[in-house]
Amino acid sequence: MKTTLITVTGLLFGTAALADGHTPVLTVYAPDYFGSEWGPGPSIEAAFEERCECDLQYQTGDLLPRLLLEGARTEADVAIGFNSDITKQARDSGMFAPHGLDLSPLTLPIDWNDDTFLPFNYGHTAFIYDNTKLDGFDSFEALLNAPDDVRIVIQDPRSSISGLALVLWVQAVYGDEAEAAWLRLAPKIVTVTQGWSESYGLFTDGEADVVLSYTTSPAYHIIAEDDLTKSAAIFEEGHYFMVELAAKLATTDQPDLADEFMAFILTEEFQTMIPTTNWSFPAALPVEQWPEGFQDLPMPETVFFYDENEAAALRDTAIEAWRSALSQ
Amino acid sequence: MAQRVVAIIAALVVAGLVIGPVTAVLWRGGGFTTLSAADLSALQFTVWQAFWSAVISVALAIPVARALARRSFWGRSVLISIMGAPFILPVIVAILGLLSVFGGNGFVNLVLEPLSVPKLDIYGSHGVILAHVFFNLPLAVRLILQGWLAIPSERFRVAASLAAPVFWLLEWPMLRRIVPGAFAVIFVICIGSFAVALTLGGGPKATTVELAIYQAFKFDFDLSKAASLAVVQLCLGLGAGLIALLLARGDMLGAGFDRVVQRWDGSRLLDATWIGLATLFLMAPLLAIFIAGLAGLFDLPIGIWGAASRSFLISLGAVALTMALALPLATKAGEAASLLGLSVSGLVLGTGMFLIVQPYVQPSSVALPVTMLVNVLMALPFVLRILRPGVDSARVDFGRLGQSLGLRGWALWRIVYLPRLRRPMGFAAGLTGALAMGDLGVITLFSRPGQGTLPMAMYQLMGAYQMEAAYGAALLLVMLSLGLFWVFDKGGRAHAVV
Repeated sequence: MKTTLITVTGLLFGTAALADGHTPVLTVYAPDYFGSEWGPGPSIEAAFEERCECDLQYQTGDLLPRLLLEGARTEADVAIGFNSDITKQARDSGMFAPHGLDLSPLTLPIDWNDDTFLPFNYGHTAFIYDNTKLDGFDSFEALLNAPDDVRIVIQDPRSSISGLALVLWVQAVYGDEAEAAWLRLAPKIVTVTQGWSESYGLFTDGEADVVLSYTTSPAYHIIAEDDLTKSAAIFEEGHYFMVELAAKLATTDQPDLADEFMAFILTEEFQTMIPTTNWSFPAALPVEQWPEGFQDLPMPETVFFYDENEAAALRDTAIEAWRSALSQ
Repeated sequence: MAQRVVAIIAALVVAGLVIGPVTAVLWRGGGFTTLSAADLSALQFTVWQAFWSAVISVALAIPVARALARRSFWGRSVLISIMGAPFILPVIVAILGLLSVFGGNGFVNLVLEPLSVPKLDIYGSHGVILAHVFFNLPLAVRLILQGWLAIPSERFRVAASLAAPVFWLLEWPMLRRIVPGAFAVIFVICIGSFAVALTLGGGPKATTVELAIYQAFKFDFDLSKAASLAVVQLCLGLGAGLIALLLARGDMLGAGFDRVVQRWDGSRLLDATWIGLATLFLMAPLLAIFIAGLAGLFDLPIGIWGAASRSFLISLGAVALTMALALPLATKAGEAASLLGLSVSGLVLGTGMFLIVQPYVQPSSVALPVTMLVNVLMALPFVLRILRPGVDSARVDFGRLGQSLGLRGWALWRIVYLPRLRRPMGFAAGLTGALAMGDLGVITLFSRPGQGTLPMAMYQLMGAYQMEAAYGAALLLVMLSLGLFWVFDKGGRAHAVV
C-alpha cells in the first residue's frame, strides 16, 4: 500500500508543469471557463506566445478570492476575467496598476475611462426562449404580464454573477418597485440555480421555457449548431450591460510582458478570437468585423450600467428585494 | 498498546486535517462573526431538511434491505452494485436525471397528464428531500443490509424452529445498533447540501448554510463569516455523531458458524414489491442519464481522456489513503471524530489548505493532492460506518480466540480480522474510489489548465454551451465510477469466506 501511495503521489505531482529556466514566464490568472480548452484561453495563449517570446501560463480558479488570499505574495502578472459589478473590492485592495493604454479603440455601447481595468468583451443579460414555442417578449412588462404557466429559470444572485446582474437589472428598470416586480415574476420562476450552467441545462432539456442568459447566447446555437430556434427577448426598457475586465498586478515581476499582454487585448488579433470562443461581443472591434452570426443578433437600444460604486451600494437592496419576494 | 498508538495518531491526523484549515481561515478572517437573521433561517432550513432526508432514507432502506437480505434471485448482486450509483453521481447530473423523471416535462407528468390528475411539481422542500433520498437511500440500504448479513444465520434457524419472533429477537437489536450510525452519516451529508437544495428547492426559501458560505467567500470575501459558518457545520456534524453513539445500543448476538445460510421466512410478495419500487425509483433517473449521454459519448473531445485519467489516479490514491487511515480508526471514538471531515464545508477546507501551503509552494501545483486529501476526509465517515460493525463483531467473536492463540498486531489482523472484513472493505474501497472520481471538489479553487479532473471538464463543457458533450462526459464519469466501485466491491465479495 505504501508503494502505491508513493507512486500515486509521484504521478500527481509529476503532472505539474515545469517552467523552462530561460524563457520568461507571464502568469495570467483567469476564471476556470476562460482557461479551459473549450474557452478562449488556449488560442489567446498561442497567439501571444507567437509575438512575445515568452511562456504564457494560466492559473485558473475563483479570480478575486484567490488574489485577495494571496495578497502581495501572488505570482500573477495579469488577471483577466473580472466582472464590473464586483471590481470595487478588487480596486480597493490596491493590488492593481494602471494599464496606461489609449482607450480609443474600444467599441463598447457605454463610455469607458477606467485607467486600471481594461474591458475585453461584453454582453447584456437577456432572457432566452425557443421561438418555435413562444412569441417572445418585447418588454420587461410583457414578461411580468406573461401567463403564470410560462416557466422561467434564473440564477441565484448570491452565487452567480449573471444572477447578480439580473437583480441589478430589475433594480434599474423598477427602482423602488423592484420587489413588486419580483412578486409578479415569482409565480413563473420554476427555480433558481447556483450558476449559469445548471440553468442553461434545464432550459435545453425542456424543463424551462425561458432562461436568464445573455444576448449573445443565440449566436452559439446559430454558428456552432445551425440552430435558429433560440432567441433573446429584447426589452424596450433596456438591458443590463455586463463587461469583463483585465488588469495588471502592481507586484508583477514581468512588467514589460504584462504591459505587452494588456496592449495585446485591444488588438484585432485578440478581439477577433473572442466572439466564437467566449460567445460574447468583442470590446474593441467594429461591428463589420464581427462573425456573421454575431452581426445579425438583435441589440438592445438602451443599456443600463451601474459603475462599481453604484453596484456595490445597490447590491444588498437589490438582492433583498429578490429574496423577500421569492420567499413569500 | 501499539495498536492504540496507531489509532491515536490516525485520529490526530484526521482532526488536524479538518481543524487546521478551518483555523487558518478563521485566523485569516480575524475571528468569529455573529450570524445574521438570514444565516439563522438558512441554518434552520439546513437542519430541517437534513433531518427529514435522513429519516426518510433510513426508514425506506429498512424494508428494502430486509427484502434483499431474505431473497436470492438472478441478478441480485449486480442490482446491489448498480443501486449504489446515485450516491456517486455528480450533483448536476443527478438533478437532470431526476428532472427527466419527476420534472415538469418528466416521465411521471407525461403519464399523469392524460389522467387529468394535477401535475406533479417537484420544486420545493419536498423536491430537496426527494433528491436527498435518491442520493442516500442506496447508502442506507447497503449499510443496513450489511447488518442483516452479519446476523449469524443459525440464529434464524433456531428462531424458526422455536417459532420465536424473528424481528424482535434478532432484527430489532441489529437495527438498534446499525440505524443510528446510518442516520448520522446521511444527516451530515445533507447538512452540506448546496446545489440540490437550491435547484430543487425552487428559490431562496431553500437556502442552506453552504450557500451562505459560498456567498461569503466568493462575493463578499468575508472569511470570518465563512469560517464561523463552517464551525457551525462542525458542531452540527459532531452533535449528530455523538447522538448516534449514545443511541447505538444493542448487544452483539454472539458468534455463529460464521457462514451464510439461506433464509425462508417473510413474505415473498412484500419483498418483491419493496425491491421493485426501490429499483424503479433509483434506476429510472439513471436510465435517463444514460440515454442523454449516449449521443455525446462517442464524440467526446480528446482532452476528456487526460481529465479522466487524472480523476482515476486521484481516486486510487484516495482509496489507499482512506483505507490506511480507516483500519486503525475503526473504533467508536474514531468514527465520531471522522464525521468532522464530512460535516465541514469543502470550500472552507480547500481555502484553509490553500492558506497553509501557500507560503511554501504554488498552491496550483498541489491542487490534485489537496483534492485527494479532501476526498479522503469526506469518505472516512462512510468507510468507518461500513467497517465498524464488522470490526466490532470480529473483535467480540474471535478476539479471545486470537488472544489465546497468541496472535497479536499484524498477524491478528491478517489471520482473524481482515478475512472477515473483506466484504465491507471491498464496499468501502469501492465507495471511496467512486466518490473521489465524481467529486468536483476544491480543485475549482486553484488549478491550472491541463490539470483538471473529469467532473471539472464536464462543468467546463456545460459552461461552453456544449451540453451534449457534457452529458457524454457525465456518462463516462458514471461508467468509470461504477466500474471502479464494482471492481472493488466485487473483489471484496468474491473470495470472502464470510
